[in-house]
Amino acid sequence: MSVGAMGSDNGNGAAAGAYILEARNIVKLFGDLRANDDIDLSLKPGEIHALLGENGAGKSTLVKIIYGALQPTSGTLFWGAAPVTISNPAAARELGIGMVFQHFSLFDALTVTQNIALALKGERDLKALAGRIETVSADYGLPLRPGALVADLSVGERQRIEVVRCLLQEPRLLILDEPTAVLTPQEADQLFVTLERLAGEGCAVLYISHRLEEVKRLCHDATILRLGRLVARVDPQQESAASLARHMIGTDVAALQSGSGAATGAPLLELAGLSMPTDDPFGVALKSIDLAVRSGEIVAIAGVAGNGQSELFDAISGERTSKSADAVKLAGAPCGRETITQRRRRDAAFVPEERVGHAAIADLPLSENLVLTHHAVGNDVVRHGLINRGAAKDVMARVAEHYDVRKNLADPEASALSGGNLQKFVVGREMTRRPRILVVHQPTWGVDAGAAAFIRQSLVDMARSGSAVLMISQDLDEIFEIADRIAVISRGELSEAYPAGELSPERIGLLMAGTHERAGRDVEHGAEA
Amino acid sequence: MEALEAVILTIITASTPLLLAATGELVTERSGVLNLGVEGMMIMGAVCSFAAAYTTGSALLGILVGLYAGVATSMLFAFLTQTLMTSQVATGLSLTLLGLGLSGLIGEGFTGLPGEKLESIHIPLLTDIPFIGPILFGQDILVYISLALIAAVSYVLFRTRIGLVINAVGNNHHSAHALGYGVIRVRYACIAFGGACSGLAGAYLALAYTPQWIENMSAGRGWIALALVVFSTWLPGRLLIGAYLFGTVWIMGLYVQGLGVGIPSQLLSSLPYLVTIVVLVIISGNRSLIRMNTPAMIGQPFAPER
Repeated sequence: MSVGAMGSDNGNGAAAGAYILEARNIVKLFGDLRANDDIDLSLKPGEIHALLGENGAGKSTLVKIIYGALQPTSGTLFWGAAPVTISNPAAARELGIGMVFQHFSLFDALTVTQNIALALKGERDLKALAGRIETVSADYGLPLRPGALVADLSVGERQRIEVVRCLLQEPRLLILDEPTAVLTPQEADQLFVTLERLAGEGCAVLYISHRLEEVKRLCHDATILRLGRLVARVDPQQESAASLARHMIGTDVAALQSGSGAATGAPLLELAGLSMPTDDPFGVALKSIDLAVRSGEIVAIAGVAGNGQSELFDAISGERTSKSADAVKLAGAPCGRETITQRRRRDAAFVPEERVGHAAIADLPLSENLVLTHHAVGNDVVRHGLINRGAAKDVMARVAEHYDVRKNLADPEASALSGGNLQKFVVGREMTRRPRILVVHQPTWGVDAGAAAFIRQSLVDMARSGSAVLMISQDLDEIFEIADRIAVISRGELSEAYPAGELSPERIGLLMAGTHERAGRDVEHGAEA
Repeated sequence: MEALEAVILTIITASTPLLLAATGELVTERSGVLNLGVEGMMIMGAVCSFAAAYTTGSALLGILVGLYAGVATSMLFAFLTQTLMTSQVATGLSLTLLGLGLSGLIGEGFTGLPGEKLESIHIPLLTDIPFIGPILFGQDILVYISLALIAAVSYVLFRTRIGLVINAVGNNHHSAHALGYGVIRVRYACIAFGGACSGLAGAYLALAYTPQWIENMSAGRGWIALALVVFSTWLPGRLLIGAYLFGTVWIMGLYVQGLGVGIPSQLLSSLPYLVTIVVLVIISGNRSLIRMNTPAMIGQPFAPER
């Protein structure tokens, strides 16, 4: 067997048995695309190993091969020292490989215990299982109520279910895909404690992340992929975040040009006492929200997913209208009762969180997806009530070019684009209108570092050219990078918007968890007693 | 007293086919499949069971044949929607049309013939108790089967692992697939169960309700059964109540008509449907209740990634 430069580094001197998992010369072809091109990976028991790379670098493919969800075109996996074929996820679990997915595989209408029972074959006694869940989850500092419905839990708690589900199977290798993307800083810290303890017990951890500071702090070793190839195997402790990023991207990430002198002008987007009940049992009611976003500034709304962000976005965009027209003002005009199209005509643009199914329709070509938000606001895509396909295609092509949307066809269906490319399209589609008011929800969710930097830069440029930008995001790094002021949403209530310089991540974490409120209530309660 | 006994007996007779068909559809829908072909499966069960019972002289054999006819019809639906991924709504509607037409063809030679009546059971002493006896211990076997089935379905859905898997598949087929459950297989089984129940409901119509073959004799009961499943918000206990409530309103309408009260008969015969619509509207008012219990994947096709 030929040993590549990287391979010799891995196998050098170490007895094969020292590794719990070894992947050698993994190649995976999808048609002509080499998703994995001769990749080696090796993990020791007790090691937290980072797998780094941009979107499309081949991380997911590699991990799916290890977890048995895909079969390699060529190459071999070794478990212990023996070569193995992992034909499906069940076989992987049998070996002792557990995986926590980025998109949870949970059932909303079932309880925690039922969810976990479904993953453990042959688990019949649900009462005994509930007891074990309570013990294990408390033991590892991931408290869970076994009888709770998943629908009632926060995203962080849902992730705990996935982690505990793996722990109950006593894994020897635990794979986590972007686990901290949905957590508050405090919840992430708690997860790190759990992972370190798990590693201390001899379990190997394969940790996929693009948060480089986190990787530096937690991981013992790192494998970096780029465009399907292994580019480096490094000790993250010896690297800087910038050097790790350089390995991932191949060039330096452009530093953000903030264009100082943020001259803020008149408020363009105003919310006053915006309340909205929810008729969805899994939803969050908005409680008297006040906010003003002025021309020339970016205001960010931080918060853990599921605290009312989607509801707030819907209320601002007009997907749900308010009872009072004055609750939402765009450029001074009360429009709480107006529809989304009427609000777009007031020179506002909205980019919702979900790319597929909300921002774009999967089965429609990009040009038609463009018409969906441009039909009432010029650009000549609709004339006398008829769609001008040529114009729509022109605008779409301009968006694709300017925002670097990579596509194989001239006008592909939205579903044919990768997540990151579609995100660039839906953001670019609104920005190309140069709206005076822009509301974006999770603008860089699942987008690789280069594209994310580009989108952020575009947001900053928009604000500096005099627009009011409101960004709802769960990514604190992103918020601190570009926001002028930051407000935190927690259980449908929005905090005051503080200048970014006055807030630390810890303070935001507390606001996110709503700790200050709870502390306040406890004091009141104590006074009564 | 005797009049009341007669009323209750007819209510049970009217409610049983609804309960049987709705029980099957409830399980099918819990697994995330919307089968609008209940009426078609029911009428196929009716004509086949009548034909079998008439030819062999055995009502019990008729029941069995009716059950298989329902399963066979449902498997056509399953193959089209689960394997060939056709639209469940369109396929279910055409299944109903197919069933109504095909049953008319099969049943042509049987129209107007005197059929085999499914005998009521008779337990000495118990059945002879006045009033209570005939009601509790004097029904035919399908009535008891219908009650046992809804109890069994309730137990299986909420107390067993099989039920957990069915609910999981109906709640999120992507997650169920990721955990290694055969989504399509589970759905085939649930569709087959739905077909069997509809077949039994048909057999009940042709062997017990009116022991003869009349074209279109299901008379929209399949649609009522579908409405009942929604009415029950997919809960077996409520389904039982709903089926008997509907049966009661239906029969009361007939009796009031018989008494010659000055209400147009058309209004009275439409009463059960009106009550169903009203109840559905009231139930729909509580959207959160429906949302909590609705199988989230209902009607959505599942194609595993390749």
